[in-house]
Amino acid sequence: MSHAVAAPPDDWDNAGPWLRYVKQVLTIVEMDVRKLWKDPTELLMRGVQPALWLVIFGQSLGRIRGIPTGNVSYEAFLAPGVFAQSITFISIFYGISILWDRDMGLLQKIMCTPIPPSAMIIGKMLSASFRSISQVGIMILLSLLLNIPLDWNILSILGVLLTVILGGVFFAGMSMAIASLMKTRERMLGIGQLITMPLFFSSSAIYPIAIMPPWLQVVAKINPMSYLVDGLRNLLLHAAESHLLLDWGVLIVASLVMIGVNTLLFPRILNK
Amino acid sequence: MEVRNLSKRFGDVQAVDDISFEVFGGECFGLLGPNGAGKSTTIKMMIALLNSDEGEVVIAGHPLSREPMRVRESIGYVPQMLSVDGVLTGYENLLIFGKLYGLRQAVREERIWEILKLIGLEEVAQRQVKTYSGGMIRRLEIGQAILHRPKVLFLDEPTVGLDPVARKAVWEHLETLRSHYRMTVLLTTHYMEEAEALCARIAIMNQGSIAALGTVQQLRDAMGNPAASMDDIFAYFAGDAENERGGIRDVTRSRRTARRLG
Repeated sequence: MSHAVAAPPDDWDNAGPWLRYVKQVLTIVEMDVRKLWKDPTELLMRGVQPALWLVIFGQSLGRIRGIPTGNVSYEAFLAPGVFAQSITFISIFYGISILWDRDMGLLQKIMCTPIPPSAMIIGKMLSASFRSISQVGIMILLSLLLNIPLDWNILSILGVLLTVILGGVFFAGMSMAIASLMKTRERMLGIGQLITMPLFFSSSAIYPIAIMPPWLQVVAKINPMSYLVDGLRNLLLHAAESHLLLDWGVLIVASLVMIGVNTLLFPRILNK
Repeated sequence: MEVRNLSKRFGDVQAVDDISFEVFGGECFGLLGPNGAGKSTTIKMMIALLNSDEGEVVIAGHPLSREPMRVRESIGYVPQMLSVDGVLTGYENLLIFGKLYGLRQAVREERIWEILKLIGLEEVAQRQVKTYSGGMIRRLEIGQAILHRPKVLFLDEPTVGLDPVARKAVWEHLETLRSHYRMTVLLTTHYMEEAEALCARIAIMNQGSIAALGTVQQLRDAMGNPAASMDDIFAYFAGDAENERGGIRDVTRSRRTARRLG
């Protein structure tokens, strides 16, 4: 090793360890944002599904007035649920993109740089959230087009952004954990399909928890998607009773658990 | 750089069986062997992508088991598979890695353009990588791995799937970069002419062990055949050609790599 040229120390960013960690997390997010910017097709496609739910399902079911939604129309009740569905689905399939990077070799190359695995994991979770944030714009547009009375003031938008980030982080974390266990894209796709519908139907997305049979109510209460839906509904509909702090609390705790789980499982992704 | 008693077992298969060798500073060292001989597993253990069952690796004075982050600052790795993003431009691919390595902004910009020039991609830096040819992508991948001026560069099958012209270009750029930055290079390959063109010394692996190690001339002497071709040397030390351990996964993977790069 005698005559190899060492990188002079002043080449390196001499930020402290915490700042360096944050920068590494942001670099992972930046990579994803740049990719989305160049090729936003996926996100636009993701906007089609909520539109279909709102236009077809919402308008048809709204007509029979069979679902007690209090003093708001069924479409307005449904909109935050469909919105939450869109966030959940984007995040749940995010694990596939990590397996794709792994199959290509990009993931291994990134892990050979001095980035701690947890910074990589948090960066990836936040990237998924960023994808979900783009859905906020689509939802504002849809609710205006379909004339659904949602409250889009600045405060509620800020609250929605926070809720979307938390939901995206949690579900992306769940997706990455599944990816670590499944290890192949095909299996991951299968499991993703398998769990998205039960998650959706056992949450308060398309009907209130109060009308579910008792056993389903129990499931709905432990389903994190219910808290995502409830948080968005509180912000956009100004329901009489607000559980926003509970919703955020549950999502924060669930996200932290996912960061921990993924830090343990991550080495499994690298090696097929 | 030193490898001591490295071993790895996957289930019933002893992928790497107690190997030891040393790579000298500034040299290009080749790890050769048939599919499934344990080359990629060895490289992955040397860069801490895979934990070894036993043994130790010391790179640039840092023991891997105790200082993995220091080791990662001193190495670059170019995997066999595609390791740049096709949607991003060549420049962006380098930019992201410059940030991951924690280079200061001013140094980073200077480094990126210096390397783009050395690998001959200055003109196309702002084009999306999916418009590049296979050889251009390989050069970009190598550039990406040396932004932080590593002391040791690891390359896993650097020219698999490239046509002869692109392969020669990659060899030339690699040699330029190695002498320019005085890097130590460790590469795996199963192209004998590649080993002969690039490597000062080679180790031939077979069934997880090192069957022979030395300069090409030393290996010829060991065979007792001074006129032996590289293929003869390979066949002599790597045993019979029927020793196929690659399996379907290796085949799909190397063909997929070849298709992506082609």
